Amino acid sequence: MTGKRICVLYGGRSLERDVSLSTGHRVGRALESRGYQVTGIDVDESLVRRLIELRPEVAFIAMHGKGGEDGTVQELLEILRIPYTGSGVLSSIRAMDKVLTKHILKAGGIPTPPFHAFNDAAFREMGAKDTLQIIAEDLGLPVVVKPAAQGSALGIKFAAEARDLPAAMVSALSFDRKVLLERFVAGRELAVSILGTAEPRVLPIVEAIPQARHSYYDFESRYTPGETDFEVPAELAPEVAAEVERLALATYRALGCRGFGRVDFILDQANRPWVLELNTIPGLTETSTMPLAAQAAGLSFEDLVVAITESATL
Amino acid sequence: MDPAHVLITTGGQQAIDLVTKTFVDPGDVVLAEGPSYAGALTTFSTYETDVLHLPMDERGLDVEAVPDILDRLAADRKRVKFLYIVPNFSNPGGTTLSLERRHRLVEISAERELLIVEDNPYGILRYQGEPLPTLFTLDQSENVIYLGSFSKILSPGIRTGWIAAPAPILAKIAFGKQATDLCSSPLNQMFVHEFISSGVWREYVQRLIGIYRSRRDVLLSALADEFPPGSRWTVPEGGFFVWASLSPPVNTTDLLVKAIEENVAFVAGNGFYMDGQGTDSMRLNFSGSPEDRIQEGIRRLGSVIRDQMELYRALGMDG
Ligand SMILES: Cc1ncc(COP(=O)(O)O)c(C=O)c1O
Repeated sequence: MTGKRICVLYGGRSLERDVSLSTGHRVGRALESRGYQVTGIDVDESLVRRLIELRPEVAFIAMHGKGGEDGTVQELLEILRIPYTGSGVLSSIRAMDKVLTKHILKAGGIPTPPFHAFNDAAFREMGAKDTLQIIAEDLGLPVVVKPAAQGSALGIKFAAEARDLPAAMVSALSFDRKVLLERFVAGRELAVSILGTAEPRVLPIVEAIPQARHSYYDFESRYTPGETDFEVPAELAPEVAAEVERLALATYRALGCRGFGRVDFILDQANRPWVLELNTIPGLTETSTMPLAAQAAGLSFEDLVVAITESATL
Repeated sequence: MDPAHVLITTGGQQAIDLVTKTFVDPGDVVLAEGPSYAGALTTFSTYETDVLHLPMDERGLDVEAVPDILDRLAADRKRVKFLYIVPNFSNPGGTTLSLERRHRLVEISAERELLIVEDNPYGILRYQGEPLPTLFTLDQSENVIYLGSFSKILSPGIRTGWIAAPAPILAKIAFGKQATDLCSSPLNQMFVHEFISSGVWREYVQRLIGIYRSRRDVLLSALADEFPPGSRWTVPEGGFFVWASLSPPVNTTDLLVKAIEENVAFVAGNGFYMDGQGTDSMRLNFSGSPEDRIQEGIRRLGSVIRDQMELYRALGMDG
């Protein structure tokens, strides 16, 4: 199985370029150490030409956010008939859009915090501002306002009062034309990584513990890297852990994912899990949760990267 | 000037660092312009100072506000260590301290024994008006420390600047300099020496002035054409920057995200304050881009601002 020619695609122009560079370099080194022939490609306008020249047996997509995680590069690889890692075009599109994801979860009976979502046209052309008060009452305060395109935590705002909503909307709308307003569910943050396609394997649950919380404003800190500790496996009652795992798999399947992925949860004070989102290309950096989960399952980083690579398909 | 009163530093930034390290203990107050050079603010916060921003207008720092502020701080038992100021074509404000205010500030500094740190990396790059005397030359009471740099007239990579100060002050700073890096690269200093002593710098700086003046003029006229009514901006007589403020509730941090999508960048205003001000403002640089790009950049920025304002109106936030 060694010796395969792999292109690792990383970088690109998304806001998560830096994370992608670090995931990409690490993946490249891991593959080389297992005997693969690796060419790293920092994605730019020459991508397609280079792929045509190199004709790799597998493209390892180590990109995050726009372009790499939203089905764009997946579509190109389909056209070029190059097998690639991770989810296909449709699943990527579904998971990249937090709103679409939540509609699918809701339809599938998977618990996700109550929400509403808008395109900026609703405000510009239909006077949606007059619904904000109703939304606040509907969802209950505080409300989290997020750009619909999932990925970067940038642009996520927190409205403690209804009158904070418009400014939060503008910030979120700076990042995407569509925004999600979601009830803020206080609780523990769990990340569940999944590996495989036909019979996906759930890796040990990771809990992210912000170093200081307690007040609403600490909400911001959970999106600030370096201010979080991880516990693997998370300390959970067996029936709670089983339910979280079941829902993680249900989410993975509902979105039609393959290869690998990570489902993010909030576990509320009553120990009820709520699915927030699914990442089709979770980070694989030194500080990312998926490698931690793999390690807890007895898989080295190299094992993890090889497993993902060998699951590549068209 | 007596060379004994000059200390060569590794750029102006090290000069700021050395002065701060020498004079400030954690919790001391440093007075700064509002807005103030972000690199200096970073240094001040590294040494755990309390930065207090002073008000400014088109003639620079409002020096008449200084005595009252000093009284208030004294009443609160706060120790003010120095006032940091960029009197010529301030970064980021673009403003220049008027002659009367210079005289007055030096007077206040003598009366109140207030140490002034005068940072002047842009002074030679003047595009209109007469040069004004530095605070350092006006000072008779040994209360001004002057910081210079070759970064803006030769090259930032040459990392050569200097501190001019009264001998007792300089001796203390030199002590800190030794602890930091013994001395700045003599090789770089030889380059600078050659550049200056050969006289080529005069012609070079004249050329820069011509280029930058045209770029400034293009930026100012583009702003007048493209920015929406209610926007304000400074008209710098030199230097690199224009400071533009938009009518509320526009937030320039949000705006920057949209601007970058259009391949236009600026520095959001709140980076030049330690106290959360500046969210309605931005620093625009005109020295680094050719005229047609400045024109096009401001055109795009203008349309991003209008679009953002429309969104605020749609959200009922137009005040
Ligand atoms: C006001 C001011 N002071 C100091 C510096 C530091 O310059 P250098 O360290 O390159 O001399 C700068 C650079 O941008 C500046 O704008």
